[in-house]
Amino acid sequence: MEKKRAVVSVIGKDQVGIIAKVTSVLAKNQVNILDISQTILQDFFTMMMLVDVSDLESLEHLQEQFEPINLEMGLKINIQLEDLFKAMHRV
Amino acid sequence: MNIALAEMQETIRMVQMESLDIRTVTMGINLHDCADSNFSNLNQRVYDKITTYAKELKSVAETVEKEYGIPIINKRISITPIAEILGNATKQEAIELAKTLDKAAKVLGVDFIGGYSALVHKGISKGDQTLLDALPEALSVTDRVCSSISVATTRTGINMDAVRQLGIILKDAAERTKEQNGLACAKLVVFCNPVEDNPFMAGAFHGSGEGEVVLNVGVSGPGVVLNALRRYPDADLGKVSEIIKKTAFKITRAGELIGRVVAERLNIPFGIMDLSLAPTNAMNDSVAEILEEIGLERVGTHGTIAALALMNDAVKKGGAMASSYVGGLSGAFIPVSEDNGMIKGIVDGALTLSKLEAMTCVCSVGLDMIAVTGDVSAATLSAMIADEAAIGMINKKTTAVRVIPVPGKKEGEMVEFGGLLGRAPVMGVNPFSSDKLIARGGRIPAPLQALIN
Repeated sequence: MEKKRAVVSVIGKDQVGIIAKVTSVLAKNQVNILDISQTILQDFFTMMMLVDVSDLESLEHLQEQFEPINLEMGLKINIQLEDLFKAMHRV
Repeated sequence: MNIALAEMQETIRMVQMESLDIRTVTMGINLHDCADSNFSNLNQRVYDKITTYAKELKSVAETVEKEYGIPIINKRISITPIAEILGNATKQEAIELAKTLDKAAKVLGVDFIGGYSALVHKGISKGDQTLLDALPEALSVTDRVCSSISVATTRTGINMDAVRQLGIILKDAAERTKEQNGLACAKLVVFCNPVEDNPFMAGAFHGSGEGEVVLNVGVSGPGVVLNALRRYPDADLGKVSEIIKKTAFKITRAGELIGRVVAERLNIPFGIMDLSLAPTNAMNDSVAEILEEIGLERVGTHGTIAALALMNDAVKKGGAMASSYVGGLSGAFIPVSEDNGMIKGIVDGALTLSKLEAMTCVCSVGLDMIAVTGDVSAATLSAMIADEAAIGMINKKTTAVRVIPVPGKKEGEMVEFGGLLGRAPVMGVNPFSSDKLIARGGRIPAPLQALIN
C-alpha cells in the first residue's frame, strides 16, 4: 500500500506537557511519528510533526480527539495531508 | 523529498493566520437534455438532474477541506443558461423554474446556484424575453438563485434594447425586495464578454462550450498576498510584482490540488482554476488593502489604477504557471460591499464611482456590489451598464455591473446585505439624464477589434 503521510501542526502559548499530550493521542491511534520539530512563529510556540497515516481510516476521527486538548490548553492542533505542502512548494 | 520545516510553517501560516481559503468549488451541469415542450416535465427533469449530479458535492468538499486543512468557503452549482431551455414556457413557468432551482440548492446544501441567465448580446429570443420578464419576481422570491445577462461582446457590439430593459428590471427587482435593501439586485450581474467557466457568483453559468458536468475552482487569498507584501515594506515595484507572483503561484497550487481531489472523488472532470483574488469582510482579507500596502494612503486616490494593474498582472503571471487549466475571470475582484478597504475608501471620500469605473479597465470584473441611491432612474442604471459594456467591448475583456439601487436610501447612508454580501455605503450618481441615449435603443455596432479574421 502507498504511504500516506500527514502534517500535524500545533500552535499556541508555550506550556508544560504539549508534546506529551499530542503524542499520546497519536500513539493511542497507532500513528507513527516520522519527524518532529518545533520553533517560535510570530510569538507562538509552533510544533510540527510528520506522521504516517497509511493505516488510518479517518483523519477526521483523529482531529476530533485533539479537540479536548485544544480546549484545555488553548492550542490549535491541526492535521493535514502532506500532499498540500508538496503541491504548494515543490514543482 | 521531505518537506522542510520552513515550508510547513509557511503553509500553516497562510491557512491559519492569513485566511487562505478556497473560495468556491462550483459544479457546472449541462441542462440542455432537460428541455421539453411540456413544462412540468422540464421542471422535474431539471430538478432531478441537478440533485443527482450534485448529490455528493457538499459532503465530498467538506471531507476534503478537513483532510487538507484548507477551508472551502462555498459549494456552488452553475447550470446551462436557463433561457436556452425555456422554449415556449410562460413567464409564470419561468418563475416556477427559479423556485425549483432554489429548492434544489437548499436540498443539496449549496450556497448558490448560478445560471438563471440569458445571453442576449446580439438579439433576444423568445425564451430570453420570457426570462427577462420573469427576472424581477424570480430573484425576489428565491434565496439562492443567481442570474447573469450578457448584453454585449466585442464580436457583436452592445444590445442597447437589452440594456434598456435591464435598467427597468433592476429598479423593479430592488423595489420588490425593498425590505432587504434591494437584495434581489445583488444576485443579478450584467455582463460584457462573459466567460463560460467562471466559478464565481453571481455570474457563474455553464456555457454551451462546456462538457456534461465539470468542477471549477476559484481560489482566494488577498490576506496572504497582503501579509507577504508587509514583510517587504521597502521593496521597489519590480520586487512587489515578484512577491505577488510567487504568492499567487502557491495559492493557485493549493487550489488546483484541492479542486482535483474533489473532482476525482466525485468522479467528474476537473475544469479550470480561476486565478481571481476575491476579498471577504474578514479582517485583512481585502484587495483594497493590498493596493494600500503597495503605496496608497487610501484606495481611490491617484495611482490606484497603476497599483491595481500591477497586482492583477502579477496574480495572472504567478497563477498561470501553477495551473495547466486557467480560466474563468482570473484577476482581481473589487466588490465594494465585500471588501473592508473599499468601503473605507468610499466612506473617506477617496473612492468615487468614476474611479471605480476606471479601475475596471485594468482588472477582471466591473462595478461590483455597488449600492446607489434609491431614486436613481432606470435610464441612468442602463447608462451605467452601457458604459461598463463599452469598456469591455473595446478592450476585449470581461466587464460586469452588479449595482443595487437601494429603495429609500440617500447618498452616504450605509446598507447591510448580510452574510458574504456584506455592507455598502450608498453612492450618489451623476444627476444629469441619459434618457435620450437609452430611449434610442438598437444595437451599438461591434467595434473594429471584432474584425480579426
